[in-house]
Amino acid sequence: MEKGEWMHGLINRSLENFLKLTYGAGLWQRVLSDLDPGFDTFEPMLRYPDDMALALVDAAAVQLGKPHAALLEDFGNFLIAHPQSWRLRRLMRFGGVDFDDFLHSLDDLQGRARLAVPDLDLPQLELVDNGGGDFILRCGGSWDGFGRVMMGILRAMADEYGALVLLEHEGSDKGHELLSVRVLEARFSRARDFSLAAQTELAQ
Amino acid sequence: MIPNASSDRLCVGFAALDRLMPMHVLVGPDERIVRTGPAWAKICPGLGAAGRPFFEMFEPRRALCKVGGMGRCSGNGGKLHLRLRDRFQTQLTGIAVPLPDRGGMLVNLSFGISVIDAVGRYDLAGSDFAATDLTLEMLYLVEAKSAALEESGRLNQRLDGARQAAEADAASDTLTGLANRRVLAQALQRLITRGVPFTLMHLDLDHFKAVNDRLGHAAGDYVLTEVARILGAVTRGGDVVARVGGDEFVLIFEGVTDRVKIETLAARLIRQLEAPLHYEGETVRISGSIGVVFSTDYDLPDCERMLLDADSALYVSKNRGRGRFSFFREDGKARKSDGLGPTPPI
Repeated sequence: MEKGEWMHGLINRSLENFLKLTYGAGLWQRVLSDLDPGFDTFEPMLRYPDDMALALVDAAAVQLGKPHAALLEDFGNFLIAHPQSWRLRRLMRFGGVDFDDFLHSLDDLQGRARLAVPDLDLPQLELVDNGGGDFILRCGGSWDGFGRVMMGILRAMADEYGALVLLEHEGSDKGHELLSVRVLEARFSRARDFSLAAQTELAQ
Repeated sequence: MIPNASSDRLCVGFAALDRLMPMHVLVGPDERIVRTGPAWAKICPGLGAAGRPFFEMFEPRRALCKVGGMGRCSGNGGKLHLRLRDRFQTQLTGIAVPLPDRGGMLVNLSFGISVIDAVGRYDLAGSDFAATDLTLEMLYLVEAKSAALEESGRLNQRLDGARQAAEADAASDTLTGLANRRVLAQALQRLITRGVPFTLMHLDLDHFKAVNDRLGHAAGDYVLTEVARILGAVTRGGDVVARVGGDEFVLIFEGVTDRVKIETLAARLIRQLEAPLHYEGETVRISGSIGVVFSTDYDLPDCERMLLDADSALYVSKNRGRGRFSFFREDGKARKSDGLGPTPPI
């Protein structure tokens, strides 16, 4: 199979969890009957055709009467901020000791994801540091809308680190989505506790 | 001082040393601790205070160090294997390099593989490690891999559950290739729904357990496949032959409810079952007891009812000495069986 034609089930399953936990099982059932994929839950360790995730977002956006951009940003926020997302939140915190450090680790996100799950392909991210707390994040173009998901992730991670941050989607440039990130105050509030020692679900 | 490659000295300030090696320990010529890197504040507060002897704080894990002290340690390329003398007895590895002009040793330590426990014990953070240290990447990897492994394990469990369910649902018995209970129930229901008359025969092998006990399960399996072959031969294409238990079978004859025909058929079947079989030089003899019901004996035939009634007729055959067949009638009494004589010896 060609790379990019099949999306990792982890992503489909995360979308499923987001829709179920945020909007309820009823919405998930309606989305499922729109899609009619022949099963009622995604297996996180299997792969699915690429367009299935897109169709999932389309169906949910129609059902909720919500713009794609807002839905994807909420999804990104869910991936970090929801109590059930504690694993991913922890893995992202390994990226840096503060928000600035974390931003610089995003260049490695694709590689880090691949270390964890070898066949998980995330778009390439590239951070441009303009100095004075001004950054541009270039999101690789393989998935349309990934920049919106990153907006939600960045917003939630800024909260994690207690940073005050201004985020803006600057549109696309040659297939890359551009996000402007302005760190107004690195230590605006107290960072959430983070211990390097492995945590159990109960402790979270 | 401008560093150049031809010089053998490099001057590095303590602040830089702290950043490069947060877990270093400077040891004087008298083997007393002179200075410690910033990470020790968390791992062992007071380590560097009041010039404590290095080996009072660290126990050598290799004999060489114990005897020869720091000087001898550096003989082994300077490699150190130590144990911190705290309540955790944390293992450390490190390297010791001599300082110029008999100025003592610079020792840089790390946790090695014990780092996973150490980060929890000493509440270490990313900032406690040098930027070049791969500890954080390793911890990240350990955590990410365990998450992925857990997810894989869950998938395997779900797949195994599905496999077991599929096996139970499969249409045929894997040993004999005959239909199973599920297919039998479906076939019965179909006949009843269509209103087609039929005869149901419940067969239980006689002396089969003895074969298993005497010659082993492989012999038992051989007998079962031979029985399946015989059952296939006495039935027609549209009839159903199902294995419903270890040595229990159910046969359905579609469109046949003639008592005489069935009597002939049952007698022939028992005769064939009683023909001696040969397994690895041993002669094996079995027989069969049969209970029969006709769908025409019921106003409203019912699968469960008919199977139960065939079973009671079968027990009448068993009680009357095995190797024979009995009919079940609606009044609950089996017809007198036309016994086929005494059961053959094994």
